[in-house]
Amino acid sequence: MTITSDSVALNQWFPVAYDGQVKPGASRDTILLGEPLTLRADASGDLTVQTQTGDTLPTIRAFTLVFTTLGDNPRPMPVIQEFDEPDRRVVNCGSVGVQTSPCRIVENFLDMAHFCFVHTDILGAVDETEVLSYKTRLHEDVDEIWATDCKFFQPAASQSARDASAGQLTDYIYRITSPFSVMLYKTAMGYADRLDAICLFIQPKTETDCIAYMPMALLDDVSSTTSMIDFQQTIFLQDRIILENQRPRLLPISPRSEMPTRADLSSVAYRRWLKDKGLRFGLLLEDAA
Amino acid sequence: MIRLHNYTLSGSCYKVRLLLGFLEIQHELVAVDFFPGQEHKSVEFSAINPLQQIPVLDDGNLRLRDAQAILAYLARRYDTGRTWLPDDPARFGQVMMWLGFAGTELMAASAARLHDAFGFDLDIDRARSDAHAAFAVLDDHLAERQILGQTWLVGDTPTIADVACFPYVALSGDGGIGQEHYPNLRIWQKAFRRLPRFDAVSGVPEFV
Repeated sequence: MTITSDSVALNQWFPVAYDGQVKPGASRDTILLGEPLTLRADASGDLTVQTQTGDTLPTIRAFTLVFTTLGDNPRPMPVIQEFDEPDRRVVNCGSVGVQTSPCRIVENFLDMAHFCFVHTDILGAVDETEVLSYKTRLHEDVDEIWATDCKFFQPAASQSARDASAGQLTDYIYRITSPFSVMLYKTAMGYADRLDAICLFIQPKTETDCIAYMPMALLDDVSSTTSMIDFQQTIFLQDRIILENQRPRLLPISPRSEMPTRADLSSVAYRRWLKDKGLRFGLLLEDAA
Repeated sequence: MIRLHNYTLSGSCYKVRLLLGFLEIQHELVAVDFFPGQEHKSVEFSAINPLQQIPVLDDGNLRLRDAQAILAYLARRYDTGRTWLPDDPARFGQVMMWLGFAGTELMAASAARLHDAFGFDLDIDRARSDAHAAFAVLDDHLAERQILGQTWLVGDTPTIADVACFPYVALSGDGGIGQEHYPNLRIWQKAFRRLPRFDAVSGVPEFV
């Protein structure tokens, strides 16, 4: 295995562990962009990240995760203020391995059309399949793509919604916070003007083998932490089986390789944005045969 | 009320939930944060099960661990039709034989899934090859059954042997274990999925 030469991919912050994953005094081996790394926790649990040649990499602890970078000039970490709001429940859902391109994982997270078919009776219902028109926009100041005005009928939009009602029209806002991370805001049960924040940060071990982390900052005084984790893991393992069966595993980026529909607006914007950045890692650049 | 100490994505808990559903037994789920919290290794949970494993079932003053033991108890106690755990000594013995298989050899498929999905540190090549060996045994048995015109592992109705073996076969894709070479396993899974009150869990393929 060799480290990627893709400078766009190298110059990002990536999660390599969730809080508490490496016990104090213990170590854990992992891989980032083809580079083997060793994580060592000191007596208080703080992590040091080292390459095989003994170089110590910088770390940032944020959103219940530990991030590192292999680049000299990484894209700044996203600002997600919801994690600092004192009345939020910040939940670490652990991590899940997924054998596919990191970009496919991001794209699946953006997609509303699959809710009814993959998350039936939870995030969608088979008789309410329409993806209503929504908008996408590049916020140039932070270089993020946002998809707004998204709405979808959901039988059980969250653990608290599942306990409270038989379904609701859920508002969504998506933020693509880097080529390898994405988040959404969605209607929080019982709050008219504030939204739940759910993130997806990806650690690509290789171009087609990833670890996905799902920290959340939720408005929920009712549900137990365990039930909130259970809800999110159930959703993500439904996605996982679909993601691992998508072929090719690399995300095709040529506009001629697939026929997008109106519902794919955010995916089209994401692919174009990746192409403009010159990213190659995780992408199928030539036309599909 | 029966209480099941449960983790939704655990195949061993799933088999107990399946039987509770098939037998229409009212119950309450007690959520255990198996991952990432490792609550089953906590001091508090060790008092519930010193083996630090899920599932655990409470029925009144009775507390049982081990998914296979729980299936046998529920069938004997609540299945008034006495089909899920037959009285006939030969069939009873065969059901117990497959329960043993589900709790040992077949658990290699569980290990592969824990490695791939949840990052458990274990010998993945060994887990996958052991799972394939177990699948081959199960597939051969089902081939013989199908030649006799039978669908299920034992007798002519589904039993807790089928319930015990189904989850880690159905979830094998989560551990990178393909089923291309096991046509009889696939026929059996299709029949199992059509049982009244069957419920899928994340990772069970819609089409097998």
